[in-house]
Amino acid sequence: MGNEFIKLFELIISASLINNFVFTRFLGLCIFFGVSKKMETAVGMSITFTAVMIISAAMSWIVFSFIMVPLEITFLKIIVFIGVVAGLVQASDTIMKKVSPGLYYKLGIYLALISTNCIILAVPLINVGEKYTFTQSLAFGFGSGLGFALALVIMASIREKLELADVPAVFKGLPMAFISAGLIALAFTGFSGLIKL
Amino acid sequence: MSNTSTFSYREQILNGIIKENTIFRLALSLCPSIAVTNNLKNGVIMGVAVLFVQVMVNITISLMRNFIHPKVRLPIFMLVISGWVTVTDMTLAAAVPDVYGKVGLYIQLIVAFASILARAEAFASKNSFMPSMADGLGSGLGFLFALTVISLFRELLGKGSLWGYHIVNAKPLLIMILPTGGFFAVGILMAAFNWIDARHGKKSAHASH
Repeated sequence: MGNEFIKLFELIISASLINNFVFTRFLGLCIFFGVSKKMETAVGMSITFTAVMIISAAMSWIVFSFIMVPLEITFLKIIVFIGVVAGLVQASDTIMKKVSPGLYYKLGIYLALISTNCIILAVPLINVGEKYTFTQSLAFGFGSGLGFALALVIMASIREKLELADVPAVFKGLPMAFISAGLIALAFTGFSGLIKL
Repeated sequence: MSNTSTFSYREQILNGIIKENTIFRLALSLCPSIAVTNNLKNGVIMGVAVLFVQVMVNITISLMRNFIHPKVRLPIFMLVISGWVTVTDMTLAAAVPDVYGKVGLYIQLIVAFASILARAEAFASKNSFMPSMADGLGSGLGFLFALTVISLFRELLGKGSLWGYHIVNAKPLLIMILPTGGFFAVGILMAAFNWIDARHGKKSAHASH
């Protein structure tokens, strides 16, 4: 049991720091550059993202192991997963609107953005590819969400300062954001030897 | 963007490649532009895959456009896209297994590309067969062009080779192969695009006045 727990902890660390989604796997970059202009939106996005990521990891694992494997339709995983994710986002949108309008008012707009995001789809695909168990899938989803949140918050705090900096005209905006992201990625390569799985 | 006789295929294709370049101009579908571009071969194969999916999706949608009810159009678009992505995914897995091992995940994620859905929604669902094909060709070629330039830049500087063949004998800049180099390359190329645009804009403004 103790050993199992350590494995899960390692998985979370590896998914959030060593194989950080943004800086080593380069997924979710559109959202990353899109919403990192302001701290407030970045935090809202991170919370919504992590929650959706864990639920979608769980849902798609159940659908894959109990429906797709017995029916031998695993080759349809791309189509099925995008359906699961889109359905999930739509469902949580509706539920949130009914149950907690205050939260919906704050985070609802991010939910809509999430539906066609590559990270949410990548988590189930990687879970299946690596043949993770149910708890491992959950841990991977949680770790990835945490890593993405970390990346967004770091980037947002840098970009808020960049707004005031004197940047050459052609580098204004996105090009400069890319250069800063590169520098953070360089820092993240320092995590690469942290643990061996 | 109309069906009248003024429609120019050449302009539509060029528009996709330069003016509305997916990566450098619209900043969409950025993930593979950094993830797979540390060597030329992966970059080109990824670009060709996207080009293929974009053209086929545009063709399919434009042929079906009169039968799709507007209320359910998005799920149907997603279904068409994921169908073509699955086709591409399986073909590449069988044809080039060594490259597929590295770019496979990103090929599967083409399904979540905003640019493909955007072209289907904005253009193919309103236009007939040939213009839609031209539009898909332009947008896909723009993506291929961007990936080729980025990966050329990174492989040449980072490994001193091209398509796996050794060219430069100097000590390579390792940083260009690392994740950092990907962000730098895209940032610098974007700035270069802005610079060319600014100069070009000035020139054409002078010419017209």
